[in-house]
Amino acid sequence: MTEQKKIATREGYGEALVELAAEHENLVVLDADLAEATKTSVFRKAYPARHFDCGIAEENMIGMAAGLATMGLVPFASSFAMFAAGRAFEQVRNSVGYPHLNVKIGATHGGISVGEDGASHQCCEDFALMRSIPGMVVLCPSDNIEAKAAVKAAYAHEGPVYLRFGRLAVPVFHDEDFHFEIGKGEQLTDGDDVALLATGLMVNEALGAARLLAEKGIGVRVLNLCTIKPLDAELVLKAARECKRLVTCEEHSVIGGLGEAVCALTAEKMPVPVRRIGVQDVYGCSGPAPELLKRFGLTQEGIVKEVLDFLSK
Amino acid sequence: MTEQEKKQLSVLACKIRLGIVEGTYHAKSGHPGGSLGAAELFAYLYGKELRIDPAKPDWPQRDRFVLSKGHAAPGLYAALAERGFFSPEDLKTLRQIGSHLQGHPNMRQTPGVDMSTGSLGQGVSCAVGMALGAKYRAEDMRVYTLLGDGEIAEGQVWEAAMAAAHYRLDNLMVIVDVNGLQIDGATKDVMNSEPLDKKFAAFGFAVFKADGHDFEQLEEAFAAARQIKGRPSALLAKTVKGKGVGFMENQAGWHGKAPNAEEYGRAMAELRAEMARREAM
Repeated sequence: MTEQKKIATREGYGEALVELAAEHENLVVLDADLAEATKTSVFRKAYPARHFDCGIAEENMIGMAAGLATMGLVPFASSFAMFAAGRAFEQVRNSVGYPHLNVKIGATHGGISVGEDGASHQCCEDFALMRSIPGMVVLCPSDNIEAKAAVKAAYAHEGPVYLRFGRLAVPVFHDEDFHFEIGKGEQLTDGDDVALLATGLMVNEALGAARLLAEKGIGVRVLNLCTIKPLDAELVLKAARECKRLVTCEEHSVIGGLGEAVCALTAEKMPVPVRRIGVQDVYGCSGPAPELLKRFGLTQEGIVKEVLDFLSK
Repeated sequence: MTEQEKKQLSVLACKIRLGIVEGTYHAKSGHPGGSLGAAELFAYLYGKELRIDPAKPDWPQRDRFVLSKGHAAPGLYAALAERGFFSPEDLKTLRQIGSHLQGHPNMRQTPGVDMSTGSLGQGVSCAVGMALGAKYRAEDMRVYTLLGDGEIAEGQVWEAAMAAAHYRLDNLMVIVDVNGLQIDGATKDVMNSEPLDKKFAAFGFAVFKADGHDFEQLEEAFAAARQIKGRPSALLAKTVKGKGVGFMENQAGWHGKAPNAEEYGRAMAELRAEMARREAM
């Protein structure tokens, strides 16, 4: 197998903003003193008059984004997931979600792959928080190409969108001409012994796990569910019907994220056994990101182990 | 300000107060105290200051008003109704199922409401975003926001204040309704916010003070604020919570309580008498 190029999805965020801005004068970007880390610094360099740093004040940044949106602008408010979804949750809920304003929240550094900064910065609760807001779209791209496509789709979508990006460089496996649509999942492999429903960097791990399981004669269907809300119910229920067993894979708490969204859907529409791979209601810790992912079972080997156990029951 | 104009605004403030009592009485809930105290502020804004058009509530170049102290919605609604954004009859539906008059302002439901507010501290940030958006778009419009003096304990208010000065938003005017009372009692006892003038000045604002019930003082402050360049303005408007209804004045207990039938009758009689007196002036 050829070595894949590795790029962090946050890189795609900054690049897509620059590309969009060339065509759309109403796009503006807000930051909370993290423009270098969120990769909006490339936008700031290209369009300094359209970049507004709000300082270390995420609550005000979200409110300002709401105000800018009422003026017909399309603000992308950027910070780490912990602060954009966590600290500013109520501002997102009341100033953006409730009036359904056209604000995009670009949240980088999601999940434990933040690495050495440790648990205080490793947000594993953002899907849960953002999913709970009526009308909010929640996206978590799996590679740089999907990240760029998701940012462009978010711009084109009228209404609030939460985008989660990662800090860690991850393999790029989509083709450049890949078509992205909010609310549509992507079936990456065929198979009907078990389905892996993954989002974010776990999609590539699920693909790796599918290859390892194929060697054992197990047919695995891999679904990339970049859109966590609204969930692609049709694709998920088709997998439930045809594969009978579902395993969700996310770099997020097993509480409130993709796993629970899939469980809620299937429990009501097509009950099948589900395993949820994710952060098991614990905090992360400091360490190199790849080692942390291993420790928390968020790797292809971790998925294989879980699937084999699941299929043996 | 001509005597005629002063009289008109004064009568408008009475009508707003009547609307507040009408609304909260029919709703059997709501916040009459802080709404009544801000009646002259609402009257001045909607009767004189704001460049708005009730026939075109979404006119892009209109001035914006954000009621950051969203619980004073009964006052805002009464002002909007008197200004012609909707029928004053609607005020009787306040807080009821199916009404466009929600307990706190909802920009998607009520014509003339520029921002959904209610959770304290958030409206001022939205106003800062609007003022920044107007600058970005080179629109000649002004943004006003009304805060309570209890509300400013929210840290977000000061985040917003810092940003307003940083971005030199001279098209923004922050009005603080200084009535000295909040739910748990006197603001100086609950969480002292004074000295407000020094705080806003330190944050880079041009600070003005006025008796919030005196239209001439308000006119002076609003006019002066328009002349300020390169920084935002703050108006500290000293008011009496519950103003106009004798038994509600300066009573923290009337922050979030509706009048019963007997109190409603007394309040309406007092307000109608005052309006007749002002109309006869």
